[in-house]
Amino acid sequence: MSTVDIEGAGERAGGDLLTTEHLLEVKDLYVEFHTRDGVAKVLNGVSYHLDAGETLAVLGESGSGKSVTAQTIMGILDMPPGVIAGGNVYFHGEELLSASAQRRRELRASGIAMVFQDALSALNPVFTVGFQIEEQLRMRRGMSRRDARKRAVELLELVKIPNAARRVRQYPHEFSGGMRQRAMIAMSLALDPEVLIADEPTTALDVTVQAQIMDLLKEIQVDRRMGMILITHDLGVVAEVADRIAVMYAGRIVEQADAASLYRNPGHPYTLALLDSLPRLDQRGQTLNTIKGLPPSLLNIPSGCPFNPRCTRAQDVCRTEVPAAVEIGLGRLSRCHFAEEVVSGG
Amino acid sequence: MGRYILRRLLQLIPVLIGTTFLIYFLVWSLPGDPFAGKCGDRPCPDAYINAMREKFNLNDSIFVQYGKYMLNVLQGNFGETFNGIQVGERIALAFPVTLKLAVVALVVEALIGLTAGILTGLRGRGFLDNLVLVSTLFLISLPTFVTGFVLQILLGLEWGIIKPTVQSGAPWSQLIVPGFVLGSLSMAYVTRLTRTAIAENKRADYVRTATAKGLTQRRIVGVHLLRNSAIPVITFLGTDLGALMGGAIITEGIFDIKGIGNLVYRAVLSKEGVMATGVITLLVLVYLLMNLIVDLLYAVLDPRIRYD
Amino acid sequence: MTDPASAAGGAAVTEHASDFVSAAEQASATSNKPRSLAQDAWYDLRRRPLFVIAGALILLILLMAAFPTLFTSVDPTYAELSRARQGPSADAWFGYDAQGADIYARTIHGARASVVVGVLATLLTVLIGGTMGVIAGYAGGWVDGLLSRIADVFFGLPFVLGAIVILTSFRAAGGNKPVAIVGIVVFSLAILSWPVTMRIMRSAAISAKQQDYVKAARALGAKPSRIILRHMLPNSAAPVLVYATIALGSFIGAEATLSFLGLGLRSPVVSWGVMISDSGTWIRVAPHLLLFPAGFLVITVLAFVMLGDAVREALDPKMR
Repeated sequence: MSTVDIEGAGERAGGDLLTTEHLLEVKDLYVEFHTRDGVAKVLNGVSYHLDAGETLAVLGESGSGKSVTAQTIMGILDMPPGVIAGGNVYFHGEELLSASAQRRRELRASGIAMVFQDALSALNPVFTVGFQIEEQLRMRRGMSRRDARKRAVELLELVKIPNAARRVRQYPHEFSGGMRQRAMIAMSLALDPEVLIADEPTTALDVTVQAQIMDLLKEIQVDRRMGMILITHDLGVVAEVADRIAVMYAGRIVEQADAASLYRNPGHPYTLALLDSLPRLDQRGQTLNTIKGLPPSLLNIPSGCPFNPRCTRAQDVCRTEVPAAVEIGLGRLSRCHFAEEVVSGG
Repeated sequence: MGRYILRRLLQLIPVLIGTTFLIYFLVWSLPGDPFAGKCGDRPCPDAYINAMREKFNLNDSIFVQYGKYMLNVLQGNFGETFNGIQVGERIALAFPVTLKLAVVALVVEALIGLTAGILTGLRGRGFLDNLVLVSTLFLISLPTFVTGFVLQILLGLEWGIIKPTVQSGAPWSQLIVPGFVLGSLSMAYVTRLTRTAIAENKRADYVRTATAKGLTQRRIVGVHLLRNSAIPVITFLGTDLGALMGGAIITEGIFDIKGIGNLVYRAVLSKEGVMATGVITLLVLVYLLMNLIVDLLYAVLDPRIRYD
Repeated sequence: MTDPASAAGGAAVTEHASDFVSAAEQASATSNKPRSLAQDAWYDLRRRPLFVIAGALILLILLMAAFPTLFTSVDPTYAELSRARQGPSADAWFGYDAQGADIYARTIHGARASVVVGVLATLLTVLIGGTMGVIAGYAGGWVDGLLSRIADVFFGLPFVLGAIVILTSFRAAGGNKPVAIVGIVVFSLAILSWPVTMRIMRSAAISAKQQDYVKAARALGAKPSRIILRHMLPNSAAPVLVYATIALGSFIGAEATLSFLGLGLRSPVVSWGVMISDSGTWIRVAPHLLLFPAGFLVITVLAFVMLGDAVREALDPKMR
C-alpha cells in the first residue's frame, strides 16, 4: 500500500458518495501556544471525524493535545496564549472556526456539549445543581422556572441519581464524586446535543464508579443516537465503549483504527508500547513494562517522528523524516515509517 | 447552620470580655493622675478626691471596677464624667453622626472600588490596569490627614466647591467628601481585592463550564463570576464599617464633624476616663458585632461553609 | 495610614500565607535549573521597574536617615524668628518654618526619626507576633487556642483609639528624652499590630507543619526547636517579609498621623510627622510648611508599599 493521506478513505471504502459529510469533522488542525519560554506546538495537523451513533475514543498521555483539540472544537480555548495556526472544524458541514462568536455560542451545549474531568471544580460551588441545569433551559430555551425545574429533575433521574427531587436543590459539594459526575452529564444533556465530548470523565473517580459512569455514557449515547468523543489516557476504560480509537502523541494522531483491530493488532510502536504497559493477570511476578523516557516538551519537538527518542524500533529515517499517514487496513491509518511491519507483528 | 451561629457567638464572648477589660485597664490603670487639672491650677482637696474615688470605684481592685462598670454598661448606663455630664447622652448625640459618615465612606468605597476592581480584573494587564494599580498604591500610602487636608484646601478653600467644615447636624451631602477621605484607604483595598478575586476566578473551571454551556458573556460574568468573587469583598466591606467608625477621629477633626471620634479624642486628652472608656467600649462592641454578622453573611454567601 | 493592621489584608497575605509555604517547597522542583525560592524571587524582582524604582528611593532615604549631613550642612534646630514662614528661595530650598528654622534641613534630618520608628516598630511587631504565631501554629491544641484568643483581644482594639489611650498615659511618664519619646511610640505601634504578624506566622506554621518534610523530621526525632528553626521558619518567611515591607511604610505613616494628633513624637525629636503637625495652623498662608515634609512622607511610604507589592508578586505562588 502506498503512503497516501486517506481523508476520504473511509467513505470510499464503505462505498458511499464522496459528498457524505460527517456529523463532526476536524481537519488538519494546527494550534500553538505562545508562552514566555517560546512557542509550543500543541496540535500539529490533527484530523478525525465522528458520525452519529458512534463513539470515538481519543487516547494519549498528558500533553498529547487531546483536550486542546476538544476545546478548539467547542471554542473555549484560551486564546491568548492559544493561537489557531491552521485547519478547520466542520459540524454538519458548517465550518466553525470562521463562524461568528454568536453562532459558536449557539452551538454550544445544543449542538456539541462537553463533560469535564473534575466535577467538583467544573460545577459552580455557590449555586445548586438544579440552578445550573435549569439556567440553560431558561436562558436558551425560554422555559419557565417550573418547567425547567421539572426537566432538571427528569434529567437527574435519567442519569440514575436517586432522590432526584431532593438532590436538585443541593449544592455540588453535597454530592459524592460519582454522583457529581452524573449530575454534570445530566447538565450536558439539557439541550439535547448531537455530539457529546467527554474529557476524562472518569479519571477522578474510583475504579468501580468508573465502570458505572462509562456504562451510563454508553447507554445515553445509544438511546439518543449521539456521537460521542471520549478523551482519556486509560486504555482499559475505552475497550468496551469505543467504536473507533485515535491515538495521539505530541499533537499528532499517530494511529487511527476501529477498536477491535487496534487492540488485536496495533499498527504503531506507541500503541504497541501502551498496550504492553497494561498490567495483566497472567504477568504475575514480573516487572511491569513501561515506556522509557518522557513525552517531549512541545516547545522543542524532536525532528522526524516525535516518538523516536522512546521508540525501540527507531532507525535513522525516524530521526530525520516526519512519517506520513499510511493506510494499513480498512479505515486504519498509522503514522510510522514501519507501520506495515508493526501491524504484521514484526 | 444554627450550630455554626452558636459556635461563633460562644467564641465571641471571651474576646469581648478580654478587649473591653483591656480598654478599661489601659484607661484607668496606667500611670497618670486622673484628677490632674480637674480643680483648676491647684491640686484637688482630699475630700474631693476621696468622694470621687468612692463614686468611681477607684478604691476597688481593677477587676471589681471593671465588673461593676460592665454591669452598668449592659444596662445601658455609661456613667457620668467627673463633671457630672451623662456620658450616655453625649454618645447618643455623637454616635449617629459618625455612623452616617462611616456609611457614606462605605458606599463610596464600595462603588468606586468594585467598579475599578471589576473592570481591571476582567481586562487584565494593560494601561487601565496599571493606572488603577498605581492609584491604589498611592491611596494606600497617603495618610488620612494628608488626604483630608489637601482636599479641604483644594475643594473647600481654594475652589469653593464644598464647605470646608461640616455643619452640625451633618447633612448627607456635606459628608460626601469627608466620607471619601475616610474611605480612601479602604477603597484601595476593595479595588485590589475585587481585582484579584475576579482575575483568579476568571480562570476557574466552572467559568469554562459556563462558557461550554453556551451562556452569554454577560451572564457568565454577571452571575457566575461575580457571585464567587463577591465573597471576599463583601466580607471585607462588612468588617470595614466597624473599622471606619473607629478610625474616624482624624477625618472628624479636620472637617469639624461632631462625632464620637471627636468626643473620645478630647476625652482622652483631658483624661476623662469615663467618657473615653464608654466610647471605646461601644466601638469595640460594634466592631465585634459586625464581625459576627460578617461571619454569618459569609455562611450565607458560600454554601460550602455552612456544614463546617 | 490609620491602620497598619489592614496592610496585611490589602496584601492578601493573611489568607494565603499557607500557599506561600507550599510553593516554597516546590520551587526548585518546577524550574529547570534548581533554584531556591529566594534566588527565583531575586531574579524576578530585578526585572520589575516597580522594584527598581522603589528600591532606589528607599536606599536614598536610608542614606538620608543615616547620614543627613551628606545632604545638608544647615543646622535643623537653628531658628531665627525673623525668617519665619518665608517661602522657598535660593538660600533655603524649602523655605523656613514657623520658628524660622530651615525646612530643607529639618526634612532631611527628620528622615532619621521617621525611618527609625518605622524600622523598630516593624522589627518589634514581627518579633512578638512571629514568635507567638510560630508557637501557636506548631503547638496547636489549647496553646493555640489561648494565644489566638489573646491575639483576637488585641485585634479588637481600634488602632487609632488604642494608640491615643496608650500614648497619653505613657507620655507623662517618659519625660523629654528622645529615646523615651521614640521608644513609647514604637512600643505602642507594635503592641497594636502584633496580632497581624501572629496570624500570618501561625497560618504559615500550620501549613508548614503539614508538609511531609516536617513530618519526616519529627519521625526522626528532631527536637521541636530544630524543626522550627531549620524547617518551618525559612519557608514561613515569605508572607511575613511581604507584610513587613508594607507595614514599614504604614508605620511611618502612622507615626506621622500620631504626631499630627499631637501624641507621637515631639520636640526635641524632629520627624516628618512633627513637622506636618506644626504646619497645621499655617496651611493657608504658608503651604510649603506642609508640602515638603508631607511630600517626603508620601514618597517614602509609597516606596515601601511599592517594594512590598513587588516582593509579593515575585513570591506569589500563583505566578509560578
